[in-house]
Amino acid sequence: MGHTLTEKIIAAHLVQGEENVASSAEVWPGDLVEVAVDVVLANDITAPIAIREFETLGVERVFDRDRVVMVADHFAPNKDIKSAEQCLAMRQFARAQGLRHHFDVGRMGIEHVLLPEQGLVAPGDIVVGADSHTCTYGALGAFATGMGSTDIAVAMATGCVWLCVPETIRVVYHGRLRPWVGGKDLILYTIGHIGVSGALYKAIEFAGPVIDDLSMAGRFTMANMAIEAGGKAGLFAVDDRTLAYVDGRVSRPYHVYQADTDATYAQLIEIDVSQIEPQVALPHLPENVCPASQAGEVQIDQVVIGSCTNGRLEDLRVAAELLRGRRVHPDVRCIVIPGSQQVYLEALREGLIEAFIEAGAVVSTPTCGPCLGGHMGVLAAGERAVSTTNRNFRGRMGHPESEVYLAGPAVAAASAVAGHIASPEEVQQCN
Amino acid sequence: MQLTGRVWKYGDNVDTDVIIPARYLNVSTPEELARHCMEGIDPDFASAVQRGDIIVAGENFGCGSSREHAPLAIKESGIACVVAKSFARIFYRNAINIGLPILACAQAVEETEKGDQLTVDLRAGTITNLRTGRTYQTPPFPAFVMGIIQAGGLIPYTRERMANDQ
Repeated sequence: MGHTLTEKIIAAHLVQGEENVASSAEVWPGDLVEVAVDVVLANDITAPIAIREFETLGVERVFDRDRVVMVADHFAPNKDIKSAEQCLAMRQFARAQGLRHHFDVGRMGIEHVLLPEQGLVAPGDIVVGADSHTCTYGALGAFATGMGSTDIAVAMATGCVWLCVPETIRVVYHGRLRPWVGGKDLILYTIGHIGVSGALYKAIEFAGPVIDDLSMAGRFTMANMAIEAGGKAGLFAVDDRTLAYVDGRVSRPYHVYQADTDATYAQLIEIDVSQIEPQVALPHLPENVCPASQAGEVQIDQVVIGSCTNGRLEDLRVAAELLRGRRVHPDVRCIVIPGSQQVYLEALREGLIEAFIEAGAVVSTPTCGPCLGGHMGVLAAGERAVSTTNRNFRGRMGHPESEVYLAGPAVAAASAVAGHIASPEEVQQCN
Repeated sequence: MQLTGRVWKYGDNVDTDVIIPARYLNVSTPEELARHCMEGIDPDFASAVQRGDIIVAGENFGCGSSREHAPLAIKESGIACVVAKSFARIFYRNAINIGLPILACAQAVEETEKGDQLTVDLRAGTITNLRTGRTYQTPPFPAFVMGIIQAGGLIPYTRERMANDQ
């Protein structure tokens, strides 16, 4: 009987000889195992607790200063004194430990845009991060999963974590994508189909001809939101597109694993994308999905285009295509946040930033900021936002009585112009 | 490991943003976090919760962010145990790792109301509703996870292991 991609990667990382650990080189769903990790990640919100717990452990040095990564992205540039102190604590720890990959303002980006871009994650890796969207790196054929700060503290000290080997759901996408439909629409549609706990404790493997043709940016977007279906990880098979992406970025050796053709899946889901329109997730769960064209007359106050979900150059290109030569609706604040300094620079060189500013949007330095109601676009009571971020929980972007509608960059840009939730076609027809 | 407490009851998909809204994540001390515990779903909770109380909730409790601030806030607020139909996986790990007792039992949740008194025996994995007199059995934790629980969390567990290795 064959193995899934997740099982292959975990089996290759087993720490042998420990008690309670499977002794063979094979693992199966349900096995509790200890694995060596390739990369450990924390940010300015989660690192302070991880550092505190690390110090409680009484360990002097991190297991490998090249493999512990820290990024100041959530409340940075520092939004207030307390945030400044959290960033300072992380900075001091990074310096004391000699961490090679500590990203501060001016060099940082939103962590899950930044790490792949900088070549810090490779196919076949196991990555653990004190951020739930660590699953983004599944786009590179890595097993990447979010954990809490205490798990990360132990991983920083030992280079190991315990895991329960998950079952895998395989989702296969067939058909032909309609105009303006991208990775965000596919993953929102999928979450709408299986629900916010549909993949609880499980890994998701995304596959099929549509995935073969999907850009890396689209794959990052989909893997990123595996957690919104409760998933432990969301993975893609490594192909030529993946290898082209990591070529010139990843400088260390890595191994490409492939799922066996006779692997056992907990569930097999087939989706015909030909019928999928640009999607929107209504408040207050990512599973409340409908086509943007059927969202009804929903007036909005703000649009956010960015985040670890949709802050890549390809996302900004889509948004610029709709915003160029048009104006953001007078009742809407449109906030564009490139996911990294590199994305920002390339967007500038391509003229995208100019298009945003001329349309009446504001362009921010990279930050998670508004996605979690931190800063740079917090909502008041009763306000509504269309956002390319990943969560629309109650109060996520600010006041508990505010509302977030999740969408891809096309719907977000179209809505910014229309002043209400709009499909890209609606805005194009207005010309 | 037996405890008895009064029930706070919530529904499905109680997410980490309502347990501890992100605007409070610029601090990480348990005392400050506890002041805002459950604020996004129940503004009265933090001021009215009493030490030993129990949270009872539906499916997918703790979904969303990896923020350990969520179980830290719940534990520090005085909650002795969380009983839910199911837990989001990162929250599950975090709770075990920091020593916040959690039990999954759908039937107990169905038949429990706000204000009920529950007695929970963590070692036996039983939940008894003192109003109805019914007792529910939950599946035991895997031995490995029980080891972390018995050590008082992942840090003391790891410290013990590292001491044994040396």
